[in-house]
Amino acid sequence: MSEKRIDDVTGTETTGHNWDGIEELNNPLPRWWLWTFYATVLFAVIYTIFFPAWPLVSGATQGVLGWSTRGEVARDIAQIDEGQQQYREGLLSVDVHMIRDNEELQNYAVQAGAALFRNNCSQCHGSGAAGAIGYPNLLDDDWLWGGRIEDIAHTIRHGIRNEEDPDARFSQMPAFGEMLTEGEIAGLARHVQSLPDGADPLSGPAGQLFADNCATCHGDDAQGDPEIGAPDLTDAIWLYGSDLASLEDTISRGPYGVMPPWGERLGEANVRALAAYVHQLGGGEAGEPRSETNVEEQIGEGDVPEGAGRTGGDPSDPDEVPFPEEASGTD
Amino acid sequence: MPYLRLAGLAVIALLAAIAADQGHDLAYRVHGALVMLVAGGLFLWELRRAEEVRPVVDISGYMDGPIRAGVIATAFWGVAGFLVGVFIALQLAFPALNFDWSQGYANFGRLRPLHTSAVIFAFGGNALIATSFYVVQRTSAARLWGGNSAWFVFWGYQLFIVLAATGYLLGATQSKEYAEPEWYVDIWLTIVWLVYLAVFLGTIVKRRQPHIYVANWFFLAFIVTVALLHVVNNISIPVSILGSKSVQVFSGVQDAMTQWWYGHNAVGFFLTAGFLGMMYYFVPKQANRPIYSYKLSIIHFWALIFLYIWAGPHHLHYTALPDWASTLGMVFSIMLWMPSWGGMINGLMTLEGAWDKIRTDPIIRMFVASLAFYGMATFEGPMMSIRAVNSLSHYTDWTIGHVHSGALGWNGLITFGCLYFLTPRLWGRARMYSISAINWHFWLATIGIVLYAASMWVSGIMEGLMWREVDAQGFLVNSFADTVAAKFPMYVVRAAGGGLYLTGALVMVWNMWMTIRAAPAREGAPDTAIPAE
Repeated sequence: MSEKRIDDVTGTETTGHNWDGIEELNNPLPRWWLWTFYATVLFAVIYTIFFPAWPLVSGATQGVLGWSTRGEVARDIAQIDEGQQQYREGLLSVDVHMIRDNEELQNYAVQAGAALFRNNCSQCHGSGAAGAIGYPNLLDDDWLWGGRIEDIAHTIRHGIRNEEDPDARFSQMPAFGEMLTEGEIAGLARHVQSLPDGADPLSGPAGQLFADNCATCHGDDAQGDPEIGAPDLTDAIWLYGSDLASLEDTISRGPYGVMPPWGERLGEANVRALAAYVHQLGGGEAGEPRSETNVEEQIGEGDVPEGAGRTGGDPSDPDEVPFPEEASGTD
Repeated sequence: MPYLRLAGLAVIALLAAIAADQGHDLAYRVHGALVMLVAGGLFLWELRRAEEVRPVVDISGYMDGPIRAGVIATAFWGVAGFLVGVFIALQLAFPALNFDWSQGYANFGRLRPLHTSAVIFAFGGNALIATSFYVVQRTSAARLWGGNSAWFVFWGYQLFIVLAATGYLLGATQSKEYAEPEWYVDIWLTIVWLVYLAVFLGTIVKRRQPHIYVANWFFLAFIVTVALLHVVNNISIPVSILGSKSVQVFSGVQDAMTQWWYGHNAVGFFLTAGFLGMMYYFVPKQANRPIYSYKLSIIHFWALIFLYIWAGPHHLHYTALPDWASTLGMVFSIMLWMPSWGGMINGLMTLEGAWDKIRTDPIIRMFVASLAFYGMATFEGPMMSIRAVNSLSHYTDWTIGHVHSGALGWNGLITFGCLYFLTPRLWGRARMYSISAINWHFWLATIGIVLYAASMWVSGIMEGLMWREVDAQGFLVNSFADTVAAKFPMYVVRAAGGGLYLTGALVMVWNMWMTIRAAPAREGAPDTAIPAE
């Protein structure tokens, strides 16, 4: 062991310890270090007086400020709710297609709808609402189930082909792979692909197939029917892809796109705001409600009449599915 | 005795074979086969040398074999861990790197715990075990206690790493951060760790120095506390003795609190206290200067270990955790600021009178940069524990930046410095093969850390602000996907920073390899003799 000595470089005394050549200087604690440490301790003590801190036998000290994380969130939400109250009431008190006549209400609805869209819809339809394969583009004027604001609100409220909401829009394109030969499907796909270029839907052998199998829903003019969600095949907008392979696959398997119902989760005011937002994205159709189908919840959040709003049948009952029996009669 | 050992190995191999055959899940069966191979190999090895006359081991000097192995393992696992880190950083920037064919094995979710465990436990753990064995012998003037137990600790720890890593890839996980390994791996680590504690304590008990050096206080605090944390946080009940799945005994917020008591003190005692032990030996040795203040080392040691253990709740601000626990976690974190900085002050001020070495000695430069990053991270930590700051930073990349400025800066650089210190000494070389390569390593690593930390700070704060941005009506402005898209450039910069850091580590491995193979031998007495009293 070496003795305490004075370090040459710093002039400080060592402690006299020596481990494998390592010595220690006998410097005091740095003052600033010590006082900063005391200050943090003091801060800690004061903070625990003001905020919930010390556990007791049951519960804990609540702090003299009465602050709590839950209280803070509740206050924030209440404040925002209060600011939005008049608009929410406004949205519920007018017909959906009248919202846009009230500029202030329309502004609120679009802003609210945009936020709701980002957090609830963008996962499938994309943050810009341009859709993706299997998820419709909401920016264009092609609407599977109708593009008037009431139609859109109904779709949002009840969704499509889901099992949660008995009022969900429902229709089902059969899987023609089980009914037609591969050659017939290939021909049909080529035929369908040529429709946007102006081909006559009913001409030629494929036209006959079209008339027998497709025209019932998509129409003799192939322009579809929004009442049963049958897409327009003449507009060059393809939900599941426009190449032959995709078209053949679509015809063979029969698409079954599902959208969840949002009415219960978001509430009627938010559904209306969303509808207003989606409607003004670019392709919304103007006008009164197309039919009685979509207007049952025009005013308030009243009871839905039994059976109203159904465009399709009971998904579990094949007889109710709106496809004529003939559809399978081409073997 | 050799027959007893042979019988033991045979039984283990047999049980492992049964586990490999009967196991309920893939990870368990693979692990059974692995243990069977290891035990079988050891059995054959023992059998072959049963008749040999064992050479007498010279026990008059220090026991440096496990330390040499530990130095190599540290470098190896470091490179492996950094490589996985760079890859998962690229996966975040370019999700296509989650290849279809590798789903379920090498997608981000499987590789992320592989990265964290590889760098913390494999790289950091091997560095801690190797340096603690080196330091405790030198500062106690005593050979490691327990004969070949130190070898058991080394190889047992490597087995733990391999079991943990393969388990992650095959889907065996407790889903607890930094405590992912399943029950049987946990039990094995407990055994290894207790032997480690025994070797370390045994060496301290038989020391020929009147006092225990400060580095050894830190190492001991690290070993004891990690044992405690590991055991408590991993209390679980296996679903079957023949399967890897287990169920935690804690549930809900109690489980979360136990987990973050563990998780925070894994940082506090593994990555802070243990590495301060390294710092307290290697910085004064390399600088050839006395430690700045004995008093400061005592006060900051006790303050650090007393305060750290309470700070865990700050990981659970604004959750189901009661507000009072959250408050205590925050104020203990703030009080922790100065005790943490005590280590930085003692390390940096030790250079008093030797500041010129920062210019001339790249190893000292590494130690100084390491302490600077330590100081930065231990200021940032208390700041982020403040509830208001945390409400912005939590769940964002800021946390990732914070962790990496500490891990890459403090833990990484100090470990590299120690490896550069140890390699020539353990292999009897005068110095590292290339000093300019150390310089290159220093700059590659430092620029890498700066890119990494800066990009994650920017990305994290941006992300936090985007998440909370509401318009005049109170509606959220951004969708989650918007924030992900906005982070892309930062993710690329982060991956580039990680790439530089990895490159630096590869330069180090080359330098170590050349030193061991080709550097000139050290003149004079070897460094392994225990000095006479």
